[in-house]
Amino acid sequence: MSSLVASAKSLLLLEFMSAFWLSIKYMVAPKVTINYPYEKGPISPRFRGEHALRRYANGEERCIACKLCEAICPAQAITIEAEPRDDGSRRTTRYDIDMTKCIYCGFCQEACPVDAIVEGPNFEFATETRAELMYDKNKLLANGERWEREIAMNIAADAQYR
Amino acid sequence: MVEAFFEWFPTTWLGMFFGVEQTALFYFIAIVAMILVIVLPLLIAVAFTVYFDRKIWAAVQMRRGPNVVGPFGLLQSFADGIKLFLKETIIPSGANKVIFLLAPMITFTLALIAWAVIPFGEGMAVANLNVGVLYILAISSLGVYGIIMSGWASNSRYAFLGSLRSAAQMVSYEVSIGFVLVCVLMAVGSLNLSDIVVAQQGSILNWYIWPFLPIYVIFFISTLAETNRPPFDLPEAEAELVAGYQVEYSSMAFALFFLGEYANILLMSAVMAILFLGGWYAPLEALDFIPGWIWLLAKTAFGFWMISMVKAFVPRYRYDQLMRLGWKVFLPISLFLVIFYAGVMMYAGWLPK
Repeated sequence: MSSLVASAKSLLLLEFMSAFWLSIKYMVAPKVTINYPYEKGPISPRFRGEHALRRYANGEERCIACKLCEAICPAQAITIEAEPRDDGSRRTTRYDIDMTKCIYCGFCQEACPVDAIVEGPNFEFATETRAELMYDKNKLLANGERWEREIAMNIAADAQYR
Repeated sequence: MVEAFFEWFPTTWLGMFFGVEQTALFYFIAIVAMILVIVLPLLIAVAFTVYFDRKIWAAVQMRRGPNVVGPFGLLQSFADGIKLFLKETIIPSGANKVIFLLAPMITFTLALIAWAVIPFGEGMAVANLNVGVLYILAISSLGVYGIIMSGWASNSRYAFLGSLRSAAQMVSYEVSIGFVLVCVLMAVGSLNLSDIVVAQQGSILNWYIWPFLPIYVIFFISTLAETNRPPFDLPEAEAELVAGYQVEYSSMAFALFFLGEYANILLMSAVMAILFLGGWYAPLEALDFIPGWIWLLAKTAFGFWMISMVKAFVPRYRYDQLMRLGWKVFLPISLFLVIFYAGVMMYAGWLPK
């Protein structure tokens, strides 16, 4: 008897009908996604996006070429070369990040003793060629200048939890 | 439509240019012009169909769907088309080049030529065939060839398996579609699509969807299988066959498959509208002032909406379940319904003279 009822139900497409009605209800329901390129969702201060090298307020680079980031980088995406500058301070002559290798773990930021290398809030840095993703020092410093306001705010907001 | 066109065309500047007398060249140009009048809007409609398909699918999942290219993302399909057009046509080294390139053309052409018999209004068909229904059946059966050829010529296992599945599936479900058509034909007494629509003249109550509701359901589900739509999209099952018979195709060859597939879906929606939803007639006679082709378009859009909705909420069938449904459920039921409707019509004297 129960198999008879079951086959009658499947013959009358009852489940199909209820699913159709349900999906009609969902079709007119408000969307849960945002209108992305025109609207953007909120981002945590801890968001790990595109890298940037920061400077001090007086314009001096923060990076002291300690190479802790290079050492900790699990993807080995960072390459640093350093030489003493004319004034005797130790600075990088080369600071490359291979963004195609980077896994955005944030260890470089954690390792940095002077808050020089940070992962900023920018996640829209798609490029047309692969070569453009081999970031050098100039690109990273430029990122630092471009995103300094947001990065400083994020670090300040996150400082109390560290 | 043909006669009216031949009367109108010589009065236009183009007609003047070719001479008022109706030469062979004139007929040729007139036919080509008429075909373009159908095909160009159809291709644009297909582009928007793909867009609406994605939008409906997204809406059911409470997403937004394409929204960047053009207002509300309306130009998304054209952007995709241009992208495909600019890509390289890759021919696999083991492929049979001629057949490999012929297959998408066949699929696309067959999807378009079936539109020749679709009446967009009173006498508004390119070819008002007396065997229009048979023509549609024949053309949609021929569609198997494009798929089989593509699967065979690709020299790829995925493509081959996908095309075999597709062929078996289309053949199986064509049987029940045939029986479904027989029911409608018995009530009309004609294989002419225009006659089928005229038989449903009047308000929405005269449409065949009411007396033939179970048949309509079978036709709808068979249509899903016939056009390889979910839940019967086994030929291109992403999970196991990557993309089925389209695996090796790129660029315009792929675009032709894609256009052909959606043109076929639109065609089946239009056939559904003609067979069951009163074709070009308005649901209420008071609304007859709106041109018939708009009604046919609206009904086709409704059919497509249903097909598109189904994609959003059904899981894919397993292959043996698909065959079981086709041969063990639909075939006996449609066969029974043919006999049932024939009996009822015979008994009640509703058979056409």
